[in-house]
Amino acid sequence: MSATVGHPTVATPAAGARWHRRRLGDIAFRSASLGFALSVLAITALIAVVLFVASGPARSAFGWRFLWTSTWDPVALHFGALPFIYGTIASTAIALALAVPFGLGAAICLAELLPARVADPLAFLIELLVAVPSVVYGLVGVFVLVPALRSVEVVIQRFLGFVPIFGGPAYGVGLLTAGVLLAVMVVPFIIAMSREVLLAVPQPQRDAALALGATRWEAVRHIILPYARSGILGSVFLALARALGETMAVTMVIGNRPEISASLFAPAYTMAAVLANEFTEATGDVYLAALVEIGLVLFAITMIINAAARLMIARVNMPSPGRA
Amino acid sequence: MRAGRFWLWGLLAASVVAGGAEAAILINGAGATFPYPLYSKWFDEFHKRNGEVQINYQSIGSGGGIRQVLDGTVDFGATDGPMTDEQLKSAPVPILHLPTALGAVVPAFNVAGVQSLHFTPEVLAGIFLGRITRWDDAALARENPQVKLPDAAIVPVHRADGSGTTYVFTDYLAKVSPEWERSVGRGTSVNWPVGLGGKGNEGVAGLVKQTPNTIGYVELIYATQNKLPFGDVRNRSGRFVQASLASVTAAAAAAAEKMPEDFRVSITDAAGAEAYPISSFTWLLVPARLRDAQKGAALKRFLEWMLSEGQQLAPPLDYAPLPPAVVTLERQALAKIQVGGA
Repeated sequence: MSATVGHPTVATPAAGARWHRRRLGDIAFRSASLGFALSVLAITALIAVVLFVASGPARSAFGWRFLWTSTWDPVALHFGALPFIYGTIASTAIALALAVPFGLGAAICLAELLPARVADPLAFLIELLVAVPSVVYGLVGVFVLVPALRSVEVVIQRFLGFVPIFGGPAYGVGLLTAGVLLAVMVVPFIIAMSREVLLAVPQPQRDAALALGATRWEAVRHIILPYARSGILGSVFLALARALGETMAVTMVIGNRPEISASLFAPAYTMAAVLANEFTEATGDVYLAALVEIGLVLFAITMIINAAARLMIARVNMPSPGRA
Repeated sequence: MRAGRFWLWGLLAASVVAGGAEAAILINGAGATFPYPLYSKWFDEFHKRNGEVQINYQSIGSGGGIRQVLDGTVDFGATDGPMTDEQLKSAPVPILHLPTALGAVVPAFNVAGVQSLHFTPEVLAGIFLGRITRWDDAALARENPQVKLPDAAIVPVHRADGSGTTYVFTDYLAKVSPEWERSVGRGTSVNWPVGLGGKGNEGVAGLVKQTPNTIGYVELIYATQNKLPFGDVRNRSGRFVQASLASVTAAAAAAAEKMPEDFRVSITDAAGAEAYPISSFTWLLVPARLRDAQKGAALKRFLEWMLSEGQQLAPPLDYAPLPPAVVTLERQALAKIQVGGA
């Protein structure tokens, strides 16, 4: 009974109402999705405003000095963020220096060289790695990477100890260990995303290059990589963002020492790590505000890097005479 | 997609179940992580005996506990380091410190072949100030003639996260070393002159366990759980004392004679022949006027239970119980807490 009454094909007068309903649906859909899109902006703005306001006491106490002084003394209430900024940027740089060539090489192998029946299971495993929680990486870092790197560091020091970047005592924990662990953590991102991008390169491009007598290497180097470079850059920036913000795993292996040292083996500290470590016990207003200001600086650095990434991708994507 | 929907239903079901189990009187607390195992046991046992009272405790750290009790967002707080005079002054309602149990901080070390060491206060301060840098330093060798100490650099390890454990340890060092008091001071986080930072007691224990020639301070229970050797520390009477429930209680008993009215007392470097010098109370922070009569009465009932039956639950979990003299003083303080009214 009720099925026939409401059925659209039976009642002709209902056509107008149906049209109306569809319009309403359209409007509802438009405004809902617009709301969702705007909420992203609103959340970003809100974070910025909250960080800015809550860091007020520290900003008025230290001014711009906060960015280039190195003392972090919660007892005497002197706060400077430079060692944390350095540690964050240096560990991320080490991570990317290791992860980009490795990840890109693996992605090329998976997308171009291996047959699908081998590459697909491998790619699946790599995607699994992306989902491993960072505290697990941290534990692996503490129990496997730290002892392993300590013995490597000792050997390096025996031969190259006079070079400042290999100087100082080899604890096993430190900037290098954090960088290597971060590299391990972000490499799956780079491989998984770059492979997708490489697979999306149209087959005729490959065929044409090979038909013209290019070797595999030449085809990859001159045809496929340039075609996919914006996507690859995108994967690198995603990896970069992850490395910048990584907290748990880094704090477990970096040694947590707010100091800038020439040596890669020396302990360091990152912004995300100090926030996670000290926020819960911070009581005084200035102390709390200084930690919030660290958050603000991290937020600003992330914004700047993301903006730079956008610009770079936009420039890479500009039509150039050499490309169709 | 299907997994997502399943997850959503699970969440819904969980919230329904949680809603159904809600007790009539819900008391919220937050603060120190060090006593959390004991507190969760207490709240659980108390709930079993008094079904209508449910006490929720979030171990967010002493700093967070102090902040939240000052803001009035929780019914009580908990801390390992007493509140400062300034913090107390900023409280809208006077806040009482009620000691609940005791803990000890021990210097755990990892030196090949060495199972026990004697530390003088000067040596401990020297190591963490970066003045004593080698294991075979004369000051260490003098107190440990029976031990063969290696010719190796000392790697000090400290807590990277803000912590009541750090407060107790730095409070001790500030008492025994004027230089430490002047240049570093005491706090839940300090500007460490040397060393590596580990996250949490388990982080420090892990670093010490894995890195040769390290020394780090941890709660007693973490050293015993991780089978880390830890040193005896010389107390005010000149005896080297090993940390144990008995030596910690001895430190508290010595302090109980001169207990200030507000219980904000540091028992590091305590007098008494058997007293272990790096010991501390841990406190609950309770407002002196509990506005909500029902909640207030329940909380008071819990506190009384904690002082009697609850204390017996402490030793099995490696916390030292309060000395009887302190319990008596606390009962008197409890009686003065006002419940309900204006």
